[in-house]
Amino acid sequence: MKTSFWLAGVTALALAQPALAADTIKIGFVSTFSGPTAVIGNDMRNSFELALDHLGRKMDGKPVEVIYEDDQQKPDIGKQKTEKLVQSDKVDFIVGYIWSNVLLASLKTAVDSKTFLISANAGPSQLAGELCSPYVFSTSWQNDQTPAAMGLYMNQKGVKSVFLIGPNYAAGKDMLAGVKSTFKGEVVGEEYTVWPSQLDFSAELTKARNSKAESIFVFYPGAAGVQFLNQYVQAGIKQQIPLYTAFTIDELSLPLQKENALGIPGAQEWVNDLPNEENKRFVADYRKKYANLRPTYYGAQAYDAAQLINSAVVAVKSDLTKKDAMKAEMEKANFKSLRGPFKYGNNHIPIQNFYLQDVVKDADGQLSLKTVATIVENDQDRFHDKCPMK
Amino acid sequence: MFLLIEQLLNGLQFGLLLFLLAAGLTLVFGIMDFVNLAHGSLYMMGAYFAATFVGWTGSFVLGAILALAATLLLGIALEFVALRHLYGRDHLDQVLATFGLILFFNDMVRLIWGPAGLALPLPTWLTTPVQLLPGVYYPAYRLSIIIVALLVAALLYLVVMRTRIGMLIRAGASNREMAGALGINIKLLFTLVFGLGAALAGLAGLMQAPILTVQIGMGENILILAFVIIVIGGIGSIRGAFLAAIFVGLIDTLGRAFLPDLLRKVLSGAAASTAAPALSSMLIYLLMAIVLVVRPEGLFPAAKR
Amino acid sequence: MKFKLNASNVLVAVVCAALVLLPVYSAVTGNIFILTLFTRIVIFALAASSLNLMMGYGGMMSFGHAAYLGIGGYAVGILAAEGIGSGFIQWPVALAVSALFALVIGSLSLRTRGVYFIMITLAFAQMAYYVASALSRYGGDDGLTIYKRSTFDGLINLSDRTQFYYLCLACLFGGVYLIWRIVNSRFGLVVQGVRSNEQRMQAIGFPAYRYRLTCFVIAGTICGLAGALLANNTDFVSPAVMYWTRSGELMVMVILGGMGWLFGPLIGAIVFLVLEELLSQFTEYWALIMGPLLVLIVLFARGGIMGLLGRVRRG
Repeated sequence: MKTSFWLAGVTALALAQPALAADTIKIGFVSTFSGPTAVIGNDMRNSFELALDHLGRKMDGKPVEVIYEDDQQKPDIGKQKTEKLVQSDKVDFIVGYIWSNVLLASLKTAVDSKTFLISANAGPSQLAGELCSPYVFSTSWQNDQTPAAMGLYMNQKGVKSVFLIGPNYAAGKDMLAGVKSTFKGEVVGEEYTVWPSQLDFSAELTKARNSKAESIFVFYPGAAGVQFLNQYVQAGIKQQIPLYTAFTIDELSLPLQKENALGIPGAQEWVNDLPNEENKRFVADYRKKYANLRPTYYGAQAYDAAQLINSAVVAVKSDLTKKDAMKAEMEKANFKSLRGPFKYGNNHIPIQNFYLQDVVKDADGQLSLKTVATIVENDQDRFHDKCPMK
Repeated sequence: MFLLIEQLLNGLQFGLLLFLLAAGLTLVFGIMDFVNLAHGSLYMMGAYFAATFVGWTGSFVLGAILALAATLLLGIALEFVALRHLYGRDHLDQVLATFGLILFFNDMVRLIWGPAGLALPLPTWLTTPVQLLPGVYYPAYRLSIIIVALLVAALLYLVVMRTRIGMLIRAGASNREMAGALGINIKLLFTLVFGLGAALAGLAGLMQAPILTVQIGMGENILILAFVIIVIGGIGSIRGAFLAAIFVGLIDTLGRAFLPDLLRKVLSGAAASTAAPALSSMLIYLLMAIVLVVRPEGLFPAAKR
Repeated sequence: MKFKLNASNVLVAVVCAALVLLPVYSAVTGNIFILTLFTRIVIFALAASSLNLMMGYGGMMSFGHAAYLGIGGYAVGILAAEGIGSGFIQWPVALAVSALFALVIGSLSLRTRGVYFIMITLAFAQMAYYVASALSRYGGDDGLTIYKRSTFDGLINLSDRTQFYYLCLACLFGGVYLIWRIVNSRFGLVVQGVRSNEQRMQAIGFPAYRYRLTCFVIAGTICGLAGALLANNTDFVSPAVMYWTRSGELMVMVILGGMGWLFGPLIGAIVFLVLEELLSQFTEYWALIMGPLLVLIVLFARGGIMGLLGRVRRG
């Protein structure tokens, strides 16, 4: 039994040779499918699959093959999987990447092999600046943009002072820097917590309360956001100091945050109730196809990535050797994005609107996210002039 | 001043939570000489059971009791099926096997409960902060953790030092062969101790669940802290684990609370705010290294085995 | 070393021959990825072999061995980021810094025994992890991308897959040969003597501490070399390579292959990493199979794969 398994395995490895790049469009998808953050990867995959359904599982009449790879949230594994997709599977496009560090580790492999890479989430500042590449596009944002929008909203509300809390890794620092870049009031304190191992935020919350700041801003993606809100509410600070967030409350964390999240604003480039037709169809079909699940911005970005690829494939009539033509087509962002139309900057990062979202009870009595206002229109990231592409 | 009191309470509470986890670990390690990396998985199971049972019964207390019983049974079953064959084996074999169990439990939880994690909401009577002193508020639930953990510590002390079972446990810890020769049913004793350790881990898991989250892999980061604690305290020593846990909890919390401000006095603002978290999480390991260099068997070495 | 025809030696011979011929296979079939995968495996095998010197022969169970992977890697990465691309500078620095780190933590850690030793080495590795996370100039938690691999004045081109693979393989075989020489030298015999009975060795006049420390430093230095190779292989280094789970994986490779067997870590690294790759292709729930498999190996295959296959130890 064991031997036959082994034989099968070794044979599989030996035979894992590149299929002839016949008339299929091959797409590699690198995201996290194991461990606690698999829930994000699953949502991205669900939405990507839905996009393919909507495209009839064909691009320019050619069948699409997607190979999903799990990066285990580790940079070196992500890099290895990217290498496998490029070298062994010879994919035409690589999509995905939740984490900035995984993306940064994998970037060189894709760019060196001139394979188009579409980041459906990660947006480190390097990607927008000095590491921008003709072969790399984003359907998300640059890290600073979302919190910068939050800072603008806080100005609009007349907030005078803020206490900042975030995790001590690049995206966390980007986020807090983003708020500071636009917020005009006083920053009375700034705390970084250990990522991802710190579990207890009581020390930081105590300091925030004692700082007499008028508001608190946090960035805690995934489970950490649930923990932070639990502790914020239990410490009784919710009644005392209002909280402003970026990437802390989404459809994945909301079922765990429950009432704790009610009335806490966040900024986002996509919200489930944006009123365009594509988005209505996306949200309705998603909830039909995946019972009990709700789509998130991660998924919306993955959906857009599929549409972006489709636009390029159609433009060159499936001749995927025409890289320049594909690049030129993708730069037009010539597809119906779920967030509404956007443009690409010189660095291939979207120039887009950011919306204010709030947590409310919907018609079924369920907690859901709702668009309240447009904070900023056609926002471009701060790093685009560092990008050598013009 | 109020700030200091509150931070001290934070540290104490964190330390006591760590103690619940470390107590089970040090019992199993000290008595059976068994390194159980899967202790963190039992902690995770305790939280998942609690979230499930509280959901079913609608009562926090009832759900917690059921979850405790379930973790106890799971621990006994685990000991019976796999782990008892590993007693007397090399520590490395135990590490490897229980590392395998971590992988197994994480994926099994993902299969059963899905990758998203669960929520364990608190009853309303525990959600409001309590005023301890004028101007000093403290979350009621955190206060209840302090009380429960202190009760458990006292109970554990009484059981181990004052009862017949405790005597057997101590006998087993100091000399296994001798205890066996005296006609003590060592196999049964070990199974019971392992079950007790599992229940303590489960208790820690379910107590922390409302503060943190219930998610896959939640046991792994905290497990390392628990190991640090039992090593500082001296393996097998409940008293050592208790003191070391409070020590670690205080150092960790106070370090995070006051280190950034101290650093800002010497370094530039940006450098200080990024260096401080790294430095404060290093403090615990630094503490352990110093303790071990000075006292290579921990602060309270248990009787020589 | 007389070659005996038994199952384990045959396996080792076949595996080594296959490793040497792998680039040919890759070139013939056009399967580049298998070369990429095995470059990584060979590097981890080198790291695991150095750990084996410490654990299998020296009896020192280090739970912080991945720290050297990071230190070697960061030496290369930081120098590259500062514009020093020559491998003739990068690599000696990587080795020297690893050796120095091993000397410092070894001299402190070796005062303890058993589980306490396991934990204190873990503590030092965790400290190294947090120091690397605080290096915001060099990427902090997110790690450091290395844009240019080490250069060796045209002697060898590390960006060429085949050349780099053979370099790694040469390092592995060189490392294993060195370990073999050490183990069979007078020094190695003393270290193994200390493992089985420290008091006796002390009594007949060997300063056990110094011998163990030397062994500790040699193992750390070899692992630092693996770190330099790994950084070049991934064009990237991050604190994650030093995290305790990585140290645990190195231990798993050693034990899986067979602790105290010269080629055990190589076999262990191949089985562990290939299995991980294959299982993750078959099912997302690969850990559900890998976990119990590890338990079964511990329960029924004492001495790892090599122990299962053969009886003759250390040639």
